[in-house]
Amino acid sequence: MKKATWIRTVFLVGALGALEVACRSGAIPATMVTAPSAMVTTLVKTMQSDEIGGHIEQTLSAVAIAMALSITGGFAIGFILNWFPVLRRAFAPFLAAYYAIPHFAFYPLLIVIFGLGSTPLIVLATLFAMVAMIVATMTGLDRVPRVLLKTARIHRLSLLDEIWRVRLPAAAPHLLSGLKLAVAYSFIGVIAGEFILSTSGIGHEIAFAYDNFDNPRMYALILFVLAIVTAFNMTVYAYERRLMRRRGI
Amino acid sequence: MMSLRSFRDPVLVALSLVALWQVLHHIAGDSAITAPAPTLTHLWEMIGQARFLPHLRETGLAFLQALAIACGGGILIGVVLGGHRLTGEVAEPILVGLYSVPKITLYPVILLLFGLGMPAKVAFGALHGIIPVVLFTMNAVRNVNRTYLRTGRTMRLAPMQTAWFILIPATLPEIFTGLRIGFSLTLLGTMLGELFASQRGLGFLLMTAIELNDVKTILAIAVLISAFAVLCNAALLAVDTRLHRGAAPETSGK
Repeated sequence: MKKATWIRTVFLVGALGALEVACRSGAIPATMVTAPSAMVTTLVKTMQSDEIGGHIEQTLSAVAIAMALSITGGFAIGFILNWFPVLRRAFAPFLAAYYAIPHFAFYPLLIVIFGLGSTPLIVLATLFAMVAMIVATMTGLDRVPRVLLKTARIHRLSLLDEIWRVRLPAAAPHLLSGLKLAVAYSFIGVIAGEFILSTSGIGHEIAFAYDNFDNPRMYALILFVLAIVTAFNMTVYAYERRLMRRRGI
Repeated sequence: MMSLRSFRDPVLVALSLVALWQVLHHIAGDSAITAPAPTLTHLWEMIGQARFLPHLRETGLAFLQALAIACGGGILIGVVLGGHRLTGEVAEPILVGLYSVPKITLYPVILLLFGLGMPAKVAFGALHGIIPVVLFTMNAVRNVNRTYLRTGRTMRLAPMQTAWFILIPATLPEIFTGLRIGFSLTLLGTMLGELFASQRGLGFLLMTAIELNDVKTILAIAVLISAFAVLCNAALLAVDTRLHRGAAPETSGK
């Protein structure tokens, strides 16, 4: 293992241990942060109770749908915008400013259009996540080296072949980072929506626990969400590394 | 010529967005979405009212403080992490991990740590904005062309001169991109912070309007914030492209 990896591991474990000690000894009151070990035990206990299953299922399925829609849609739109520079110039300022817009303001509107339930949440999360994928796709396709396209022309690849065998693989690292962002934003979209304006789902459960001063449960659920997102990101990261190594970078 | 063209297309898109809004209004009706013109007049009336200003000031102050922390702190941390290679390597995956975590789940923790009110909003906004600034600054400092530094040494520049004539011009374009992204995310974080458990500010007004189903106010505030975000971003983007154009030969020469 590399030196940096060692130091990082030691640092993270040390920070966790320090938090544990500080919480157990009472330096940080339990009304603020619960000890990491307590978070894990509460999480296990919460998972074993049956009422949480429905909330998790609802949130995760909403996230999964939003994720799939935003990744495929974002890729398609990014590809089209990259193909037609006119469209791209027109939309660029809006794409750049997109994430500063408070999407949650449009949630009531979505409820009226799509009805109650998880559809407005999915639409909200999709709208939120899609632009990250659009931007990543455009940057990825921008950065395809000219020389690869020339080589493709020398080999007389058809347009589809050129896209499939040259452009997409060359843009893959950017596409993957767009994918990671789309996942994170789908989670943010769904959970923030549930947080503020919903009656079920993990986000609502966290907000509910916060409102009821049920800190152990709140921290356990937060840990659960963070663990899922991190696990997903690590998987993509590992795949990314393998891709990089194959290219000898 | 060029500038006119680059203005024309976004304006067309903006106009078609307004048209789409009008069409949506006709489909969904007044209870879901009010027409553009009445919403804008409502916004104008709201800005004129005395009770609106404290909310605007609250949000503005929270945002400015968060932005100052995100930019200042981010550049400082980024320079340290970029300058010292090992520290940077240790910290980068942690930062990237934090960046991709849905920070909204951490908001209750921030509320518990900072209490209700201004500090929590500022902290939440800064938390959103600081990480991209750190990452971009770190990469910019790390990627300063070594030849420039050697040239500086050959010319016997003093440390201050090295910073002024070499480091700042070489890193500015990348850092500015980081600041631009940090700006958007800080605004997002501050607004999210105000939507949940807040007593003042535009986010609070928005939440109250959502609870009362006061569509006109919802849209008016949304338009106000969106317009602010889009305009600021367009200005920052223009500066960003200009800076990057100046730096272009250097990157293509590598």
